[in-house]
Amino acid sequence: MKLALKIWRQDGPKDPGRMTRYDIDGVSEDSSFLEMLDLLNEQLIAKGEEPVAFDSDCREGICGMCGVVINGEAHGPERTTTCQLHMRSFKDGDEIVIEPWRADPFPVIKDLVVDRSAFDRIIQAGGFISANTGSAPDAHATPVPKDDADRAFMAAECIGCGACVAACPNGSGSLFMGAKITHLGELPQGQPERDARVIAMTEEHDHLGFGGCTNLGECTRACPKGIPLNVISQMNADLRHAGYGRR
Amino acid sequence: MTDMLIEGLYREGEPIADTKAPSGDIAQKWTKRKFDAALVNPANRRKLDVIIVGTGLAGAAAGATLGEAGYNVKSFCYQDSPRRAHSIAAQGGINAAKNYKGDGDSIYRLFYDTVKGGDYRSRETNVYRLAEVSADIIDQCVAQGVPFAREYGGLLDNRSFGGVQVSRTFYARGQTGQQLLIGAYQALERQIAAGTVQMFARHEMLELIVVDGKARGIIARDLVTGEIETHMADAVVLASGGYGNVFFLSTNAMGSNVTADWRAHRKGAYFGNPCYTQIHPTCIPQTGDHQSKLTLMSESLRNDGRIWVPKRAEDCDKDPRQIAEEDRDYYLERIYPGFGNLVPRDIASRQAKNMCDEGRGVGPAVDGVRRGVYLDFADAIARLGEDAVRAKYGNLFDMYERITGENPYQVPMRIYPAVHYTMGGLWVDYDLQSTIPGLFVAGEANFSDHGANRLGASALMQGLADGYFVLPNTIRDYLAKGPFPEVAADDPAVVEAEQQVKGRVEQLLSINGTRSVDSYHKELGKIMWEKCGMERTDAGLREAIEEIRALRADFWRNVRVLGVNETLNQSLEKAGRVADFLELGELMCIDALHRRESCGGHFRAESQTEDGEALRHDDEFAYVAAWEWGGEGGAPILHKEDLVYEFIELKQRSYK
Repeated sequence: MKLALKIWRQDGPKDPGRMTRYDIDGVSEDSSFLEMLDLLNEQLIAKGEEPVAFDSDCREGICGMCGVVINGEAHGPERTTTCQLHMRSFKDGDEIVIEPWRADPFPVIKDLVVDRSAFDRIIQAGGFISANTGSAPDAHATPVPKDDADRAFMAAECIGCGACVAACPNGSGSLFMGAKITHLGELPQGQPERDARVIAMTEEHDHLGFGGCTNLGECTRACPKGIPLNVISQMNADLRHAGYGRR
Repeated sequence: MTDMLIEGLYREGEPIADTKAPSGDIAQKWTKRKFDAALVNPANRRKLDVIIVGTGLAGAAAGATLGEAGYNVKSFCYQDSPRRAHSIAAQGGINAAKNYKGDGDSIYRLFYDTVKGGDYRSRETNVYRLAEVSADIIDQCVAQGVPFAREYGGLLDNRSFGGVQVSRTFYARGQTGQQLLIGAYQALERQIAAGTVQMFARHEMLELIVVDGKARGIIARDLVTGEIETHMADAVVLASGGYGNVFFLSTNAMGSNVTADWRAHRKGAYFGNPCYTQIHPTCIPQTGDHQSKLTLMSESLRNDGRIWVPKRAEDCDKDPRQIAEEDRDYYLERIYPGFGNLVPRDIASRQAKNMCDEGRGVGPAVDGVRRGVYLDFADAIARLGEDAVRAKYGNLFDMYERITGENPYQVPMRIYPAVHYTMGGLWVDYDLQSTIPGLFVAGEANFSDHGANRLGASALMQGLADGYFVLPNTIRDYLAKGPFPEVAADDPAVVEAEQQVKGRVEQLLSINGTRSVDSYHKELGKIMWEKCGMERTDAGLREAIEEIRALRADFWRNVRVLGVNETLNQSLEKAGRVADFLELGELMCIDALHRRESCGGHFRAESQTEDGEALRHDDEFAYVAAWEWGGEGGAPILHKEDLVYEFIELKQRSYK
């Protein structure tokens, strides 16, 4: 395949950045989107130009490290991660525009690489169950209804890639946060800290500069793991229950 | 040590032995060791600094646990967040001797299965302890909120896994590694918030600092700014994972590397059994030279799929549905009528390679050879119906279709083996301490528990056992001697380590040759795969050693790394890792050459039974090969640790 790529190049956090056009030939339909970028980089190195920086690690759709905006859509035209998107989803001669995640809390480090450490800080605020090593009772001490366990698992599938934030016109991290609150809130082990957790995480989220949720649903459309919008409803219900705003 | 160069390649040094496992009844050893290991008063813990490199299951669990205990932990990972570590990609499950199914499981049975599965090349004491703490792991993970699969009654579900007759595998659909890692990551983040753990993401360890014979710190590069930083501590823990990426194509993550282990090896840590690698039979085949990694599919597929290749090479490019039944060779069913398609991983892998080497592989040719065999579900669909097959394997079929663009309900899948785990790693004693005092190694980065072959669902078990329960109990025996004297910033050992890192970065950036880092990595991978992969021969390994030496020399003359140090520079990162792989690859081949027997994942063509099965030589090779760095350009030095089987009798495997 022959493609015209328009890629965001930015030398560092302070560089204003620019779109740069690259023409690439000899792309296999069987290659993944990131392997197409690998090929471009090999060609750039051969020409003595610095390769395009982009994040990726597992390349099997589970670590959450990769993610770029492709033709205006987070992770591109299919509902999957960028690493699992394959070039057969494009046509010979296509023009493809590639940009980094765009959101204030995710500043660009270089080219297509952004800093998503804000997500770690939301988890630090309360996205855990406090259970020191060695203090746990037998795993069968507390049975968990299968429906609750399944719903907790569904929410826990979030890979923390940040596509929800990139897709949201408000730059909200509500889907990410709601997924964690639902995961831990569905389990009996998560109950003691449930109220404190939702308040602390929400306050940290707002403090980091993520926007509010206005139920547009772009996040769930972009989510490669299909986390549903109702985790945000769950978060809001938990916030009301915790008396948020009434203190 | 003898000065004699053996085979022109290595020297033999003094034997080595573990001195930390207590004597006596195997069931009491761990209890005794925990009691004998010195304690550190809670008030003193905050005066002790521990560096942990890597945030997978072992590293994140150790970081969280040591932080909870009150030590000062500095945690490092090269990814943008500790949650990305490659433990996350493990699919199948985690073993634990809970005997929740009442089917006769016990600590002793898990111990026995693991030693046998490792083809009698692991240390009994370590494996017993692994089995002993396995049940605690499940309790810990449930308390953290890991959403394991459950039955309708609300209790945890189990399944069985290859090579065992009990159900002891806990799982979270096909994402067990993800869920366990997120549990450990959240525990780690909790300690970061509490101030006991300081996190350095996007940092890569590039050198170990050894002062007065003790590990006292690391040199790390900030991957965003390029700054070369010095971090000091009272002890250093490496939990940096395996080295499967030496093969370029593997199921590892793109960034998985041996650099932390290798830099420590060059500073005096022995490397145990580097040639023991595991090759998984059911991966999606390579489609072309563009490919950057291989994707594994659960081997449960072999329960219902039938593996075949065309009988005649001229049929290999035909539509498989047009090949008549009598023209197909169901080779595993033919060669192993007893086990058929369910032979162990190493045998299934090797036979697939044999078929393709004969020219009967299928799928697209890469470098002129078709490397793939069919895994056909047509019989299963006819027998069970498409819906039943979908219910069992739907997610795997979807993943296959996404990657290959082919519908496996209609066209047979194509599979081929791929490297996915390395049993070898830095040598450690029962305390997980390497041959450098104060340097501990946990998880896949060490060599300790799996012998020559790892059983399914045991990698996650070992990572968490080391991180949550073993290391925090053994490292205190060492830390109790601290805090150690402060090391000055201008200490010669610190300055030397800094200069080594800076010099190497400058050298890589200044060669300005003509070939990319990836092109060297791919070439190294091909040598390793062909000559130190599924089947190894004396002649092939000798060729590989020569080829690797030539490639390494060419790399340092002709590699092209563009850009500068003072910014994110992914080519520079890769160059450092590939340079270390180019040294490790040679040691792997020397280890594989010296071990003239077949055991577990290591198959030497010269050591097989009359009917082509692996043949061990316990009289000569029942030992761990612990290799000492022989200096720049020098020959490595072999130290043997004899494996003593007090509790389990050595037997030869048979699957006919």
